[in-house]
Amino acid sequence: MSQQIQQRDGYSQLASDLLAKAKRGGATEADIIIADGETFSVQVRLGAVDRLTKAREKHLGLRVFVGKRSASTSTSDFSADSLDRLVTETCTLAKAVVEDQVSGLPAADQMAREQPDVDLYDSTKLNTEQQIELAKRVEAAAMSMDERVTNSEGGDFDSSSGRVVLGNSHGFLGEYQSSSFSMSVSPIATDPETGAMQRDAWYDVQRKFAKLATPESVGLEAARRTVRKLGAKKVATQRLPVIFDSETAGSLMGNLCSAVSGYSLYKGASFLAGQLDKSLAPEYVTVYDDGRVVGGLGSRPFDGEGLPTRKTTVVERGVLKSYLLDTYSGRKLGMASTGNASRSVGENPSVGPTNFYLAPGTKTVQDIIKTVKQGLYVTDLIGFGINMVTGDYSRGAAGFWIERGELAYPVEEITIAGNLKEMFAGIEMIGNDLVFRGRIASPTVKIAEMMVAGN
Amino acid sequence: MGELVQLTSFGLTEGEVLGALGRVKVRDVDYADLYFESCVSESVSMEESLVKRATKSVSQGVGVRATAGEKTGFAYSDELTKKDLELAADTARYIANSPRGAEQVPAPVRRRPTRDLYPIERVQAEVATADRVSLLNAIDAEARRYDPRIKNVMASFNTEYKVVIVATSDGTLIGDVQPLSRLQVTCIAEENGQRQAGSFGGGGRVGFQFYHEDDRYLRFAREAAREAILNLSAVDAPAGVMPVVLGGGWPGILLHEAIGHGLEADFNRKKTSAFSNLLGKRVASDVCTIVDDGTLPGRRGSLNMDDEGTPTGRTTLIENGILCGYITDKLNARLMGIPLTGNGRRESYKSVVLPRMTNTFMLAGTSDPEEIIRSVDRGLYAVTFGGGQVDITNGKFVFSASEAYLIEGGKVTRPVKGATLIGSGPEILTKVSMVGHDLKLDEGIGTCGKDGQSVPVGVGLPTIRIDEITVGGTQQ
Repeated sequence: MSQQIQQRDGYSQLASDLLAKAKRGGATEADIIIADGETFSVQVRLGAVDRLTKAREKHLGLRVFVGKRSASTSTSDFSADSLDRLVTETCTLAKAVVEDQVSGLPAADQMAREQPDVDLYDSTKLNTEQQIELAKRVEAAAMSMDERVTNSEGGDFDSSSGRVVLGNSHGFLGEYQSSSFSMSVSPIATDPETGAMQRDAWYDVQRKFAKLATPESVGLEAARRTVRKLGAKKVATQRLPVIFDSETAGSLMGNLCSAVSGYSLYKGASFLAGQLDKSLAPEYVTVYDDGRVVGGLGSRPFDGEGLPTRKTTVVERGVLKSYLLDTYSGRKLGMASTGNASRSVGENPSVGPTNFYLAPGTKTVQDIIKTVKQGLYVTDLIGFGINMVTGDYSRGAAGFWIERGELAYPVEEITIAGNLKEMFAGIEMIGNDLVFRGRIASPTVKIAEMMVAGN
Repeated sequence: MGELVQLTSFGLTEGEVLGALGRVKVRDVDYADLYFESCVSESVSMEESLVKRATKSVSQGVGVRATAGEKTGFAYSDELTKKDLELAADTARYIANSPRGAEQVPAPVRRRPTRDLYPIERVQAEVATADRVSLLNAIDAEARRYDPRIKNVMASFNTEYKVVIVATSDGTLIGDVQPLSRLQVTCIAEENGQRQAGSFGGGGRVGFQFYHEDDRYLRFAREAAREAILNLSAVDAPAGVMPVVLGGGWPGILLHEAIGHGLEADFNRKKTSAFSNLLGKRVASDVCTIVDDGTLPGRRGSLNMDDEGTPTGRTTLIENGILCGYITDKLNARLMGIPLTGNGRRESYKSVVLPRMTNTFMLAGTSDPEEIIRSVDRGLYAVTFGGGQVDITNGKFVFSASEAYLIEGGKVTRPVKGATLIGSGPEILTKVSMVGHDLKLDEGIGTCGKDGQSVPVGVGLPTIRIDEITVGGTQQ
């Protein structure tokens, strides 16, 4: 192996060197992303360490444009030889594909000029024993809540930190550090009469260690969610009002997020193609994508192409106001980027959410459940039964039967089906319980009616 | 015979590797291994009749693992110097109670896999980008020729060339070269403002010529176009419990979700699987025999050896309805005292080994497929599926049809829109009353996710009749 270039402080220099090399290799434009970081993960099962993982990793991605042709490559080998080869290969690869009229970097004057500190990094360093202890505590809390909790898939604690450097041939050079701390536990409960088992899980994830929920609160919530599923049964096939809890409602926001992605739209592969400025949902529905939430799990000072992130109103009072776009998909649709380029090293930019959420309403979850005479409260969804082209929706579900405004008994082995367009239009109530545990979040949502298939 | 992979291709000597292995295999460590991997992935893709994207990714690194009792210590590094190996070894052995007292590790026996299920020369694997480009262009033309209502064609061709070496504390040093490729086509059809999509794809541990055999690539294009056009006229799917006939091939994803995951040894050792106490018990009707077989030449789920250096094999999971085996890796086979089946797999050097499926399928039965359809008065005939998922603990699984038809009066009638099927793993196969003689393996598109790790897998199924399963349509 030849000389290794691995000094962190050298990454900006490395980026400009490679950009210069790409230019000499025939690139008319180029950008480069370098990511490195450390990860630690421990899983404890039944009180003993089950798995402990530790690593440092680094990765570099190069994208070149030769006129209107482009290619992307990546490597984890930062030796000078390997990087020289990478530059040559990328230029050769770009020459092998056809011209694409809208390809290219964003315009030079659009690049992020300021790089605000959105508070993504926490320098807290936990030693191995401390992290094992946290994983043990979260599992112990879950195991101790109820004697029907008999087993566990484990308690986990993960921490990671890293930095991203992005540079391009317009002279843009940006950099930020970020960190993440997370904790989860997956208890198993056994029905004392039938022996049937149920599993659920609960978790928290934060950029700042100090903001992380206590292991005890996460463990107790996991146990509560698991035990309440015991004795679940099927219900009859019928049309019913359906309440999605905040977790499953978050998945609906995920579906919306895919449907407003510029790439799905210009390919005609989204049921929301051509729906801009049209009514999507009732007027109390407003959805934002906000890349500047301080400490947000999806926040970043600039996007995967170096454009400034921002707050975009996706749905305003029920009307679809904006798609999520990067430069390429924006050009395809004749629109400006919304600063949503998401870039995983080695891939072309695509569109991704930053912090994407449904604005909360005023009702408590209990208030919403009270409005349902007979219906379903959904807490789990499984499967991939969504056709994004048509919006047709059919997924496996579990949750609770609602009888006269109260949760009556747990339900499983059913499906819920409808069409996403009709489901968004059918949103009747929105809860006040918005909490971010990821980049996409939602409060509780009540939908007027869906088809429930069971017995 | 498999190629003898050289450690020198990772810039290391046998002495250095053995040194690191000795460092991690301390007294309380039961087993340790080092997994070296270098992987080159390439992709070209087309949309709007333009092949406009090409990517290439190179990664290499080592994963160092130690197991002690039920514990696993694991570290990985993308640097392969002696110092990095030692650092990783120190981290991995942390889980052992006594971090001192390095053990003498037996000098490894250099072996090569005894099989060569995917004899592809490197030169064959490295297809010129221009050839891939013309393949995708031909697919675009074929799909549009199929029907003018096809408005967009998206296709991608992905290849991966992986070189691995495993050095184990039980005395083995073995390597393998694992090529993998996949061609995927999606068509969007449009008529009267209504849009529909159809997808088709395939591949395996095969060379580029595979896609040209009998113009396979053009068939993929026509199949994707056909599904998109067909779905334009699909009616709403029914909802409720009904008999379902599954076509051969990819619908075998039923087996993967309903029982395969539940029979992975780790869940059973931890007693978190709905199948935990069912060994020797009836979990399927007596017409069902199901195997996991990693030894089929060229298949997507096949391997000469698993990622612990164990030769893959053929494991009978269910024989005439009786649950008879789990699939194992070294850790779980040792802890459970059951046979090692060669199913220890990992996504990459960055991930730990887990027991995983290879190619999972049901053996052919004796029924005539047409007779199976005729036996249903009102039900669903499902021939293509999207993804599926299972909750291991309560056994509930789903899988979603992307091409399905109503069966009315013993005849296949109208196409229906996609619907999710949901059932219970330990029960569903007891409701299989007929198994066709037409076993088919899938075309080679499956990717299985577990614990955040993706690995390529295969499935297969003859035409079968399930007497009742819940279908998640919208029409009562």
